[in-house]
Amino acid sequence: MIWSISWKNIWRNKVRSAVVLTAIALGLTAGIFSSAFFTGMVNQRVEQAISNEISHIQIHKEGFRETTELKYFISDAGEKADSIKMIPSVTGVSNRIVIYSMVASAETAAGVKITGIVPEDESKVTGIHKKMIDGAYFERVKRNPVIIGKKLAEKLKVRVRSKVVITLQDMDKNITGGAFRVAGIFETANTGFDENNIYVRYSDLARLTDMPADACHEIAILINDNNQTLAVDDQVKKMFPALEVLNWKEISPEMSYLTEMMSLYNYIFIVIILFALLFGIINTMLMVVLERRKELGMLLAIGMSRIKVFMMIMLETVLLSLTGGVLGMIMGGLVSQYFGKTPINLSRWGEGYSQLGYDTVVYTHIESENFIVIAVMVIITGIIAALYPAYKALKYDPAEALRIE
Amino acid sequence: MSIISIRNLTKIYDGSSVEVTAVNGVNLDFEKGEFAAIVGPSGSGKTTLLNMLGGLDRPTSGEVIIDGQNIWDLSSSKLTEFRLNKIGFVFQSYNLIPVLTAGENTEFIMHLQGKSREERNKRTKELLDEVGIGDRIKSRPNKLSGGQQQRVAVARALASKPTFILADEPTANLDSKSTENLLDIMEKLNKEENVTFIFSTHDARVVNKARRVITLVDGQVDTDVTK
Ligand SMILES: Nc1ncnc2c1ncn2[C@@H]1O[C@H](COP(=O)(O)OP(=O)(O)OP(=O)(O)O)[C@@H](O)[C@H]1O
Ligand SMILES: [Mg+2]
Repeated sequence: MIWSISWKNIWRNKVRSAVVLTAIALGLTAGIFSSAFFTGMVNQRVEQAISNEISHIQIHKEGFRETTELKYFISDAGEKADSIKMIPSVTGVSNRIVIYSMVASAETAAGVKITGIVPEDESKVTGIHKKMIDGAYFERVKRNPVIIGKKLAEKLKVRVRSKVVITLQDMDKNITGGAFRVAGIFETANTGFDENNIYVRYSDLARLTDMPADACHEIAILINDNNQTLAVDDQVKKMFPALEVLNWKEISPEMSYLTEMMSLYNYIFIVIILFALLFGIINTMLMVVLERRKELGMLLAIGMSRIKVFMMIMLETVLLSLTGGVLGMIMGGLVSQYFGKTPINLSRWGEGYSQLGYDTVVYTHIESENFIVIAVMVIITGIIAALYPAYKALKYDPAEALRIE
Repeated sequence: MSIISIRNLTKIYDGSSVEVTAVNGVNLDFEKGEFAAIVGPSGSGKTTLLNMLGGLDRPTSGEVIIDGQNIWDLSSSKLTEFRLNKIGFVFQSYNLIPVLTAGENTEFIMHLQGKSREERNKRTKELLDEVGIGDRIKSRPNKLSGGQQQRVAVARALASKPTFILADEPTANLDSKSTENLLDIMEKLNKEENVTFIFSTHDARVVNKARRVITLVDGQVDTDVTK
């Protein structure tokens, strides 16, 4: 009955309650939308980093990542790759030769990361083959094909079928080089990546560097479910205890940091909104308690205990906050869902985002568990807002309150 | 034995400039089934006396003994419980809960007492029938006349099965017809159900109905007449 009284009391002053509800609902809508926007942006960034750049798990020989020297290679890589492919959730394994060196065109030269890949294997791990904007992925050029990023192509002033020269040190530290022909140009959302990466065939690079047969620097593994990363990571570590096995969070700590920071930031933002709303709710409830002083005095007089009066005001405040909260969550959820299907295009606001590796087309994204956390935060806000007004109600003297005309 | 004994009851208000002695050494006894009016000029201490008797306003000195218990010895929460179970209140300005219907207002006090739903529903219906507004059980107070609201208030006061009912100027806001009607109901409840009523009033017609009239002057009992 106290519940029903509290609920009905909310609607006594419809205009006032509507104002508070609107404030809470709009505040939360804004908070949820902003949170969904940044979560979507960061998720896309992470997904892209995984699918274009890092994959889920990478294997190196101890020492390679620190020095990037050729001699830290993994031997019998093909056999290893085959045994990794046996793990059920693994969808792709790519053996790579990785060299940090120079590429030159007729115009100019640039320092790049040269990755030697088996095109069919690599296409099961990263999505570069789907990002081709000109030419084709290792097709139509028979001898020494290379695919390069759009940004680098612009820098080197090369096009499809242009010739470039790759210079590097072989296993014996002799300077060597080879002429390659641009087979295709790719563009990812990350222009920094596009500027610094080129891909050649594993066999071409192996020949050029004189690497032993079946050796590689990096085994990249893609799995079908990001949540399985740690499990697969564990399994692969047990298979190759002598090698360095890293998951994407370890390879790119800034990526996992980004995700964590983002969810923290989102909650901080909502806390700030709720903090501002808190004072609105307190103010409203103080007015309510003041207005109903005589009625509250009557309730105390006829024998309603102070704790029940306190609870009644608490409940009214929490219900008011939660009603606004639910409205806000519905609105915020709908808006986020809409922009989850109809993405927001940021390209008008400039290059900046893609320089940092962010897609300029953002699909908002919100986890259902966020709603639970937000609902709990709204209830806590309601409880905090209720404390002082409910305390005031509890302190009323019935005899005095009843003398009010 | 009397159900209420008031001994040397005094209330002094600490006003900002002067102390006001609102009730000054009152001694009174009430028996079960009384129908007593407290009268007196404005400011004579009627409300103050009823508030002390009802456990709402702490006396400066003296005792209020109800059913053998000095109520002002009780802790604040015990006193609230005492009011809930032993005293029924009717106020001048009805003071119903506006968001509840007539039925719910009557039921509310039984809910506070923790009575079962069946018992609440049964008694609510009985009481509202008794005060003559059984057909308005689902109406909210703002849909009822002042007289009807006050009858709901009487039903509410009776709902807890109290030892006695205190009413501070229950008819002051009512027109003469409603006043008469309410008094008839109170009298009927008093006679048929042996409910004890103690009420203050300015109204001569109310005084006429009372079987005992206590007159206060300057916080003291001036006359105490039982007809
Ligand atoms: N809270 C208070 N503080 C100070 N003085 C008070 C307070 N309440 C009542 N009084 C004074 O106590 C005296 C008695 O007041 P009380 O309300 O009991 O009289 P009453 O007989 O009920 O009057 P009325 O017929 O106008 O209702 C008055 O002089 C009043 O001004
Ligand atoms: Mg009075």
